[in-house]
Amino acid sequence: MSCFDQPPILHVQPNEVDMSSPLMYGTPSSRVEGTPRSGVRGTPARQRPDLGSVRKAPQVDLHSDTDGAVASEPNAGQRLVIWGTDVNVGTCKEKFQRFLQRFTDPNSTEDENAGLDLNEPLYMQKLEEISVVGDPVLNVNCRHVQSFDAELYRQLICYPQEVIPTFDMAVNELFFERFPDSILEYQIQVRPYNALKTRNMRSLNPEDIDQLITISGMVIRTSQLIPEMQEGFFQCQVCAYSTRVEVDRGRIAEPAVCRNCNNTHSLALVHNRSVFSDKQMIKVQESPEDMPAGQTPHTTVVYAHNDLVDKVQPGDRVNITGIYRAVPMRVNPRQNNVKSVYKTHIDAIHFRKTDEKRLHGLDEEAEQKLFTEDRVQTLKELAAKPDVYERLSSALAPSIYEHEDIKKGILLQLFGGTRKDFSQTGRGNFRAEVNILLCGDPGTSKSQLLQYVYNLVPRGQYTSGKGSSAVGLTAYVMKDPETRQLVLQTGALVLSDNGICCIDEFDKMSDNTRSVLHEVMEQQTLSIAKAGIICQLNARTAVLAAANPVESQWNPKKTTIENIQLPHTLLSRFDLIFLMLDPQDEAYDRRLAHHLVSLYYQSEEQMEEEFLDMAVLKDYIAYARTYISPRLSEEASQALIEAYVDMRKIGSGRGMVSAYPRQLESLIRLAEAHAKVRFSEKVESIDVEEAKRLHREALKQSATDPRTGFVDISILTTGMSATARKRKEEVAQALKKLIQAKGKTPAMKYQQLLDDLRGQSETAITKELFDEALRALADEDYLTVTGKTVRLLA
Amino acid sequence: MLLDTHTLVPSLNDVPLHYLKPNSLVKFRCLIQDMFDPEFYMGVYETVDPSTKTKMLRCGKYKDVTECGVDFNSRNTVTAERQTFYCVPIPGENPWVKEISSSCLTEARVVPSTSYAPSRQKRSYEEDDDMDTHPSEHHGNGDCKRQETEAPSSQTASASHLDLNFPLPGEKGPSCLVKVYEDWDRFKLNDTLEVYGILSVSPALSALADEKDASSSLLDPAESMETAEEQRVHSPPASLVPRLHMLHAKPLPHNNPLLPSAALEDNSAFLSSTLSEMASVREEILSYFTHVLLGDALAAEYLILHLISNVYSRRDVLPLGKFTLNLSGCPTVASYTERFYQIIQQLVPSSHYLAMSLQNMNQMRLVPKKDYVANRLVSGALQLARNTSLFLDETQLEQGQLDTTGVRNVTALGNLISWQKVDYDFNYHQMEFPCNINVLIASEGRSLLPSDCQIHLQPQVAPSHLEESLSSIHMHPQASSQLNKFRIYLSMARLLDYSISDEVTKSVEDDFVDMRKDDPQSISAEDLHRMLVVARLLSLSLGQTSLSRDSWLRAKHIEMLRRSRMEQHKCVNGNEP
Repeated sequence: MSCFDQPPILHVQPNEVDMSSPLMYGTPSSRVEGTPRSGVRGTPARQRPDLGSVRKAPQVDLHSDTDGAVASEPNAGQRLVIWGTDVNVGTCKEKFQRFLQRFTDPNSTEDENAGLDLNEPLYMQKLEEISVVGDPVLNVNCRHVQSFDAELYRQLICYPQEVIPTFDMAVNELFFERFPDSILEYQIQVRPYNALKTRNMRSLNPEDIDQLITISGMVIRTSQLIPEMQEGFFQCQVCAYSTRVEVDRGRIAEPAVCRNCNNTHSLALVHNRSVFSDKQMIKVQESPEDMPAGQTPHTTVVYAHNDLVDKVQPGDRVNITGIYRAVPMRVNPRQNNVKSVYKTHIDAIHFRKTDEKRLHGLDEEAEQKLFTEDRVQTLKELAAKPDVYERLSSALAPSIYEHEDIKKGILLQLFGGTRKDFSQTGRGNFRAEVNILLCGDPGTSKSQLLQYVYNLVPRGQYTSGKGSSAVGLTAYVMKDPETRQLVLQTGALVLSDNGICCIDEFDKMSDNTRSVLHEVMEQQTLSIAKAGIICQLNARTAVLAAANPVESQWNPKKTTIENIQLPHTLLSRFDLIFLMLDPQDEAYDRRLAHHLVSLYYQSEEQMEEEFLDMAVLKDYIAYARTYISPRLSEEASQALIEAYVDMRKIGSGRGMVSAYPRQLESLIRLAEAHAKVRFSEKVESIDVEEAKRLHREALKQSATDPRTGFVDISILTTGMSATARKRKEEVAQALKKLIQAKGKTPAMKYQQLLDDLRGQSETAITKELFDEALRALADEDYLTVTGKTVRLLA
Repeated sequence: MLLDTHTLVPSLNDVPLHYLKPNSLVKFRCLIQDMFDPEFYMGVYETVDPSTKTKMLRCGKYKDVTECGVDFNSRNTVTAERQTFYCVPIPGENPWVKEISSSCLTEARVVPSTSYAPSRQKRSYEEDDDMDTHPSEHHGNGDCKRQETEAPSSQTASASHLDLNFPLPGEKGPSCLVKVYEDWDRFKLNDTLEVYGILSVSPALSALADEKDASSSLLDPAESMETAEEQRVHSPPASLVPRLHMLHAKPLPHNNPLLPSAALEDNSAFLSSTLSEMASVREEILSYFTHVLLGDALAAEYLILHLISNVYSRRDVLPLGKFTLNLSGCPTVASYTERFYQIIQQLVPSSHYLAMSLQNMNQMRLVPKKDYVANRLVSGALQLARNTSLFLDETQLEQGQLDTTGVRNVTALGNLISWQKVDYDFNYHQMEFPCNINVLIASEGRSLLPSDCQIHLQPQVAPSHLEESLSSIHMHPQASSQLNKFRIYLSMARLLDYSISDEVTKSVEDDFVDMRKDDPQSISAEDLHRMLVVARLLSLSLGQTSLSRDSWLRAKHIEMLRRSRMEQHKCVNGNEP
């Protein structure tokens, strides 16, 4: 600043006298220097650069063209208002004190209010908290102010720069009246939040300048800490007289003449006696959800002051409450003309991180989406329709033909089960997400289905098994080049926490990568031990995977496991496994042809009439996920038990296990999801029916033993059907007999033995089968196989 | 009337910036490369004359800099909002387009600026300096002396260190900061527009960047908080990146200067005359392509279909009408693919050749990425305007290792082909931008990228004559009138409407069911998808706006030929040891 260039002069003038004068309130100055007359004196006031660091309305000229009256001493005439506003300090203060003393919010759900008595005045309890904790900040929810006194709220929104200092005054008077003995570091500052004025960065416009706004967004960059001078301390080089000069509109006017010795240009700035405040520049970008398609996100500059500095990090999602500012830009200090553009920024008063609790506990808060009354009404009407389930499932990916059950399965996946937390009883979390695997011939629009789901859900991730590594799915540790700190970068699975992770070409994934999924798909967590960072991240993600058969075509003669060659330990973690096969039937072909052709000639409007809007579907799902958490009814539990017992029974007749507890869990999840579709808080028997039906359908497709035609769950749980196991034993026995029949031959040729067995057996013996039989006998220590020779033991 | 007069407006694309008069009306054919944050400006402000103390209200719209003596405390100040777009010339626009559009404007160039005389002497440095010290006098009354201060010599140096962020490497031409005053929500990233607006090249705008060193200590602390990179990007020297205050913008459905720019329906005379000619032009272009493709008529047919394809609609995530062609079996001798591209370049308005060499794939930036330090979207080669022809030369690919960037690039190309979208990298998240790009892949064997349709080239030329016939392709003389006919044909066919009658729908369905009955393996839903696209493109290539039974049969026929060729080719591969 040019004013520091020359040495100055001075005069002693006790600034404090000015400070305590109530006249200070009258100016639009934001500084709450003045201590109210009560017991506040002992506590120093702290400057609030967040309220007026940049622009102050001109102070001197004002007084000359007053018809609007220059402000008021608190007890001066009631008609006096702060210049340029309709705020009367006295009234405003009284109103706010009344608000603090009387406001109660019996239905509060905010976590800040946990532990407070909701029927007592809320903010008085908070003041009490301040007196105990000693953190002199009072956060005030603007919505509370609004419901208490709409006029006061309007003034707060429109003239925050004047009203907030008044609030500060009011609260300090009240506080020290109540707790005269408490000692605070500085006076209490009021931080309003949740101003309803604006929600979206895109809708900021010139009318919002100098008003209190709340916007949401994502922090993309934070600057280093910037010390900003609030008050310059000057000392005369001649007589050592010192004086202080306050910052005004970002500048400090250097006194040219010393008031004490009348020397000119003798005053010098003393840096370490000047007052500085911390300041940080933060860039915030619109959150991706708020943006119209085809446009780039907007960014806004936010200045954080004092203790708000370093409160947020890049990547955080935040709600910011602050005052919107616009400052004219000077093209060149030496020129008079200005670029006609203003620089805009927000002076932050309050930050609220929306994903603060991401790593622990529930984060319904983040999911919270504001639904208008109308929207909720529409959604409820839709939910009341008896065929809502069918409607929604047909609205899912309308361009993909039929596969009704698969769509229904995916629909249930989108809703998910109810989250249950048994961690207090030591049993940990139960998975609420439904996992689905689609297998089938290439080109049966599996990828398209995945793409659709990925586009539908807010926290979806799409990866291909071919391109992703274990690191890309989980998380990796990186050294930040600037700070040299280790930073945890999260991968697809963590990013889709509370969403759906779509994995295409699941079969192409390396074993190493796939092994990561074991933990995620059952425990819903992800453990990382890397570069000194050991942690467990939540990955409560539903997995929607698609796999192609190992041979280019699906072989109907083989089991699912044989077709896709995935470990059964992984397969059993999928609730539903669907086959997407070509049905090869004429009526189907005709319908398919009609569907496809119409895709190519119907106009967009026609299509839209037929199906539910994607936006409605999105809102419907978001609403159900946030607000509906169905519980099992007595009747439904009975139905579930019966269903499970039935499933066990089917197999027991043939000596095999046809259901495991995992299947019961799947059924529960599916039934809960179905209840969510109906917006029902209770799981009823119809939900269980549908869950059973869908589960059976999926099993019928994927767990049918091609040799017997029966559904056999052990294909998925152990990788081998019961009949196959039986067959293996039979062959082994036959082989043993054959060898015994040969008498005492300690060694035999492998090929010879195979030919003999083939000659003897009625059914075809494959080489694989023969190998397995040999292995079984080797396990019995009956023989060993070395190369091409089989040796008998003992 | 407008049709006639708009050619009189000089275009930033054709006329060098220093020949254009500041504060005059110009037009600019461009693509929206990036969208900056909205800015607030003084819509109305009051000035006080320092000597007479008279106050005067002024309008700040369509201007960057205010007059002297602004009264900041005036109650009459009205703050208004405007949006800034960073616009670049349409990437990959071919030379013939530029030539033809600038030749339309020969008379326009002379009109706006009397000082347009290329041989004119440059001003000396001293004079420049002199003007800089009194810059205020420039803005008041748009004096015509101003453009000389923009003499390019001093600016070329700064151009080198300023990255103008063109999507494709080696592009030239001015980029522009377009200020939009109304309805900016209707514009989308990557839209192509013809902007009519007021040119502003006030040197005061660049003062910040130029004199940064000297004056940084004097700057408002709030301003210095912006990083140097950000300042350089958001307020580049006006001589390099002029400002354009938009009065009117016309979305461009195509950038072929040979076609009327108005919608086709409004120009029925042109429409009917070209429609009647289409069948005959098609014959000519078919025989030309057959020649280019070494005598392979079927491949030539498919090439036409590819060149007129267009994503005309999207059903949820599925783009309809795309037709990515994989031309396999390309000879690798005598740089055939490059020559082939040069021919395509002569025919389509914008195109880009991307050699898929290992080095390119590992090093090129294909996907645009947000640079948060400079606060801008750093462009990549896949940020292309609609209907750009992207020629991927896979014959350049050799064995080797793809690194992370390489894998990402290949994935991006695959996504582009399958879904016609590019996921821009916003560091903390990705954002999906739909696109409409015609991708042609030339490869030896089947391409590693997905494609809608693969055709194996069968040269009718004996291998011994291959070299010779290849070299003759390039030489093939084409009268420019003939070329223009082809150009109009290809652009026209893409713009036509298309429909299928109920009757034909029925017969298509029957056909499909019958084919499935004979052999369900032979045709899948995907094949029907493709056949419907082929039928559509085939009809359009003949100038027919609805599907006829004949065209359907013909589409079926060529699809069958193509498939039998593919199977044949497969067998050959299978028999080889």
